[in-house]
Amino acid sequence: MKEVDARGLSCPEPMMLTEEAVKNEKGAIRVLVTEPHQRMNVEKCARDHGRKYTSTEIEDGFAVVIE
Amino acid sequence: MQEKIRLTQFARHGGCAAKIGPDTLSRVLGRLPKFSDPDLIVGFETSDDAAVYKITDDVAVIQTLDFFTPVVDDPYTFGQVAATNALSDVYAMGGEPKIALNIVCFPGDLDPDILGEILRGGADKVREAGAVLVGGHSIQDDVPKYGLSVAGIVHPDRVYKNFGCKKGDVLILTKQLGSGIVNTAVKAQMASAEAEQEVIRVMTTLNRKAKEAAADFTVHACTDVTGFGLLGHCSEMADASRAVIEIGVEGIAFMHGAKEYAEMGLIPGGAYRNQEHVSGLLDAGEVGEVYVDLLSDPQTSGGLLFAVPENEAADMLRAFARADLGTEVSVVGRVLDDSADRPCIRLRDKVEVI
Repeated sequence: MKEVDARGLSCPEPMMLTEEAVKNEKGAIRVLVTEPHQRMNVEKCARDHGRKYTSTEIEDGFAVVIE
Repeated sequence: MQEKIRLTQFARHGGCAAKIGPDTLSRVLGRLPKFSDPDLIVGFETSDDAAVYKITDDVAVIQTLDFFTPVVDDPYTFGQVAATNALSDVYAMGGEPKIALNIVCFPGDLDPDILGEILRGGADKVREAGAVLVGGHSIQDDVPKYGLSVAGIVHPDRVYKNFGCKKGDVLILTKQLGSGIVNTAVKAQMASAEAEQEVIRVMTTLNRKAKEAAADFTVHACTDVTGFGLLGHCSEMADASRAVIEIGVEGIAFMHGAKEYAEMGLIPGGAYRNQEHVSGLLDAGEVGEVYVDLLSDPQTSGGLLFAVPENEAADMLRAFARADLGTEVSVVGRVLDDSADRPCIRLRDKVEVI
């Protein structure tokens, strides 16, 4: 699974990386972010592209798996 | 040739999105001692835009300061935006800016010409406002910051407060919303040229004409919409006025691209902090989530929000049209009650107002 590790990055960098990954990768993508609002933005990006997603809390942030 | 400096790279949060969250602020400020003075017309208990102090029966002085980190890359434009935003607090109190002082933080290893451009942008806006710029204070800092402390004057009987709206009032906003979201999209290099031009034009438009055009009307309450977003500033107004405010989201003017970028997830963290802050007062009804995001978007150098009697609203809109503000004016909603046990903000798709 493709992974985008955006932990520790400040906005809008996680969104730039997520947008690029979602456009180029049709398979599953795991996006890692630090802040709760970044998780919500990644989820919005997934929805905007018509993709399903599941989010979980990890030790140092959140993991959003985009299908 | 030296690589062109992008000012926004220095800042984690740009413009009014850099503001400390309303929850944190109210917790900290609540611990400060209370000051009182019979001539203090507006103090900080009501979270208003500036302090107002009566000097004589005809003159009150307005004192405010505002500064922030770069919201745009171009130094001259950043200076314009920061100064326009700082001057706005005086207009939001119904006043006329008179004296401005620069507040500057700037890295010692950056080209001083960049600072020169920031200050030139600010000075041009102070001149456009009809005030004088007479110095300021600067320190070295890793992240550039710029703003103004502004003193203005107002007649003590014509001070606009951010509370006091009455049942039946119409809420009119003088600039389109979306600057936090569009600036985020610009920073992500996902914004259209049209959206970028519009956000800069809106952020550098003084609220002077809007304030002057409003002078002939009864203003029950007024504030400028900045870092807490429309919902945050409306919630302050609703709470302090014991009002129930109904907002019709489809009647609000938004910047080009703002809705699309919000749906893409290009939303500044401040918008989510603002949503948390208003959650106890908000009844979002059935409106789409994107509108909650747009209405909580922190605005940099936003417009004036007026609460005016229903029978004057149409004339006020015509006065704004005649004054050619250079921004989009919209009717955002109305006041349903002004003696509510539970003040709140209701979001609806449409509100029949005028």
